[in-house]
Amino acid sequence: MSVELLNFIETVLNGLMSGVMYSLVALGFVLIFKASGVFNFAQGVFALFAALTLVGYQTGQVPFAHLINELFGTNYHNWYASMPNFLAILLTMVTMIALAWIIERLVLKHLVNQDPIILFMATIGLAFALEGVGDLMWGSDVKVLDVGIPSGGSVWLEEATIGLAAEGSEYYGMYVDVLNIWATVIAVILVVSLALFSQYTKTGRALRAVADDHQAALSVGISLRSIWILVWAISGFIAMVAGIMWGTESGVQFSLSLIALKALPVLILGGFTSIPGAIIGGLLIGVGEKLAEIYIGGYFETGALENWFAYVMALVFLLFRPQGLFGDKIIERV
Amino acid sequence: MRIKQLLIGMTATVIAVSSYVEMAIADLKFPMLVYRTGAYAPNGIPNADGFVDYYKMINARDGGIGGEKIFHPECETGYKTQVGVECYEKNKKDAMVFQPMSTGITYQLIPKATADGVSIYSTGYGRTSAANGKVFKWVFNAPVTYWDGASIAVRHILKQNLGNIKGKKIALVYHNSAYGKEPIRTLETLAKKHGYKLMLLPVDHPGQEQKATWLKIRKARPNYVLMWGWGVMNQVAIKSAASIKFPMENFIGIWWSGSENDVLPAGQGAHGYKSLTFNAPGSNYQVHADIKKYVHDKGEASGDGSHFGTVLYNRGLFQAMVQVEAATVAQKIHGTSKITPAMYRDGFENINLTAKRLEELGFKDFAPPFKITCENHGGSGLAAVQQWDAKTKKWNMITEYMYGDSDVVQKLIAEDSSKYAAEQKIAERCN
Repeated sequence: MSVELLNFIETVLNGLMSGVMYSLVALGFVLIFKASGVFNFAQGVFALFAALTLVGYQTGQVPFAHLINELFGTNYHNWYASMPNFLAILLTMVTMIALAWIIERLVLKHLVNQDPIILFMATIGLAFALEGVGDLMWGSDVKVLDVGIPSGGSVWLEEATIGLAAEGSEYYGMYVDVLNIWATVIAVILVVSLALFSQYTKTGRALRAVADDHQAALSVGISLRSIWILVWAISGFIAMVAGIMWGTESGVQFSLSLIALKALPVLILGGFTSIPGAIIGGLLIGVGEKLAEIYIGGYFETGALENWFAYVMALVFLLFRPQGLFGDKIIERV
Repeated sequence: MRIKQLLIGMTATVIAVSSYVEMAIADLKFPMLVYRTGAYAPNGIPNADGFVDYYKMINARDGGIGGEKIFHPECETGYKTQVGVECYEKNKKDAMVFQPMSTGITYQLIPKATADGVSIYSTGYGRTSAANGKVFKWVFNAPVTYWDGASIAVRHILKQNLGNIKGKKIALVYHNSAYGKEPIRTLETLAKKHGYKLMLLPVDHPGQEQKATWLKIRKARPNYVLMWGWGVMNQVAIKSAASIKFPMENFIGIWWSGSENDVLPAGQGAHGYKSLTFNAPGSNYQVHADIKKYVHDKGEASGDGSHFGTVLYNRGLFQAMVQVEAATVAQKIHGTSKITPAMYRDGFENINLTAKRLEELGFKDFAPPFKITCENHGGSGLAAVQQWDAKTKKWNMITEYMYGDSDVVQKLIAEDSSKYAAEQKIAERCN
């Protein structure tokens, strides 16, 4: 095989893996949008908050320690040295469920029947508030997140592919980060679980009913508020998974909230209401931006296509298919 | 009743505001443009803490500068250029000096501060050609500039290759902003001089995703990678380099890509990573002892005091020390403790931080001596290389402080500043 072809395959593979990471963030958006019609701008901050909380539990950090010490002249920082990963993840899940409940009680409950733009604005406020609370609770330092997921280039793949190149050619084997392989496996498990949950459980069916038609669901006795709490809790859980993956890659820090911006083009491509759309959209964006950076990046003086090419793809889609690949068709009756 | 309460409230507010304003007028005002929030907060906080702790120590130990207390209001920029300019406008009245802590903000403030008569001190960042004091009267960027930094990195590579790097490949991974683009011109000029191939790899803000960049590096196999990064970009780059098994001892960051924050998330993978620096790491200096005694032990530490002795905290101490020294020199020159912003600038232009003076200030062996003159606002141009030891989690200085390629750098500075002078119709001074 030619080195060029092998490099192309490597770029596509890495693009697909990056796409999975974007899809993890986009999934949370889709779930909430489907069930409540809210475009949750705070989804990126959810991921950040979940990752901060997880590291906080893992390392035994006292929440709001800085504030407490400032107010009472104390010197609390940690109340235990470490916590097993499993327990810390479980506690973070409980925290995210509690957060969903608080959001429903304090924000959503008061905005029922408001215009989508009002709900959207509320989530912008929520994003700022939650980022501030996260800062106060856990501090702004870069935190190292390690839940035991291996990372680094896959030696196995490198060795298995090094012999594929034509003899005498300069080829070093294919590179894929093990962390991304894990992210892919976890994303597949997550999507299958979500599909099974929504297809085969009573609550899942209720969730789909609410997504299809709020009024009809209410008329058959489905509690809208319980479903909203459930959906926000599930999306909090997905945010935690995304936070773990992204946080393991770059350390947990406040720039993590900006990953939400990467989910926007994914949603435009895949559609705001489709779970498969979020996955396919993520994969397309991932592959598209990696190919663009590597194969046409050199022709642009400003470079850094990897970060803005996704938006160009989204713009093209908006022109020709505004509902995205799998989104509900927009029909306006006059 | 309500009107009475309202009046009391308003009176209290007026008293509070006027006392704040009065304090600003009476003291030496050193406004701080900080970023304690947002994507770059992990770097902004330790740096700002270093500044604040130093100012507090001077106020507590010496009663201020020449008896004048330091007033250091903070304005949060979030590393956003537009907000930084707003912060400047809000705080410029009676301000001695601004430290923008962002090359983007510095570029915007240079013409404004020049018109307003306020000094700008961009310590080892900002517009490199501002080192030419003949053109940039109000701007100082000592002790070393980005162009010095680029040439010092190349000099270090030259030393490792016995002076011959012809045909070698050097990649520059840079923050796609005014800051990250600064070294390009120097590296291109040096590439012509030494015959190496330069590969330019921009990374957009914030730099969370760099997979394609590092795939390119893996394919191109450059001999060395230089990095002009900030914030999460540094952490992701170092982790990515470790992931593709790039030899870390051949990966060299600028001094803003060499803090503990940058290397810790990569764990053992960051072992051997190098960065330039113009100040020493650690907390065993007299200035640290004084800060502990006069600030931390009294419960007055900025933040939670956890950044004490880290690279960026120490950089904040150094930056604050230079700013305070400029005021001390200005007071001596003009024979008054109540200096004006114009007098302060005179002080800045006559700073002479000899080894003896650094020792007096508690900074013995902390940074190399340097001097600022009318012509040279860029200082000594000295920087050293430090290397990260992931086992002990410490930075170790592995070279002496060294000069860059002054022939190349000075020529570029003269070219760029002359162009600026022509555009802005500035007559050269110091003749």
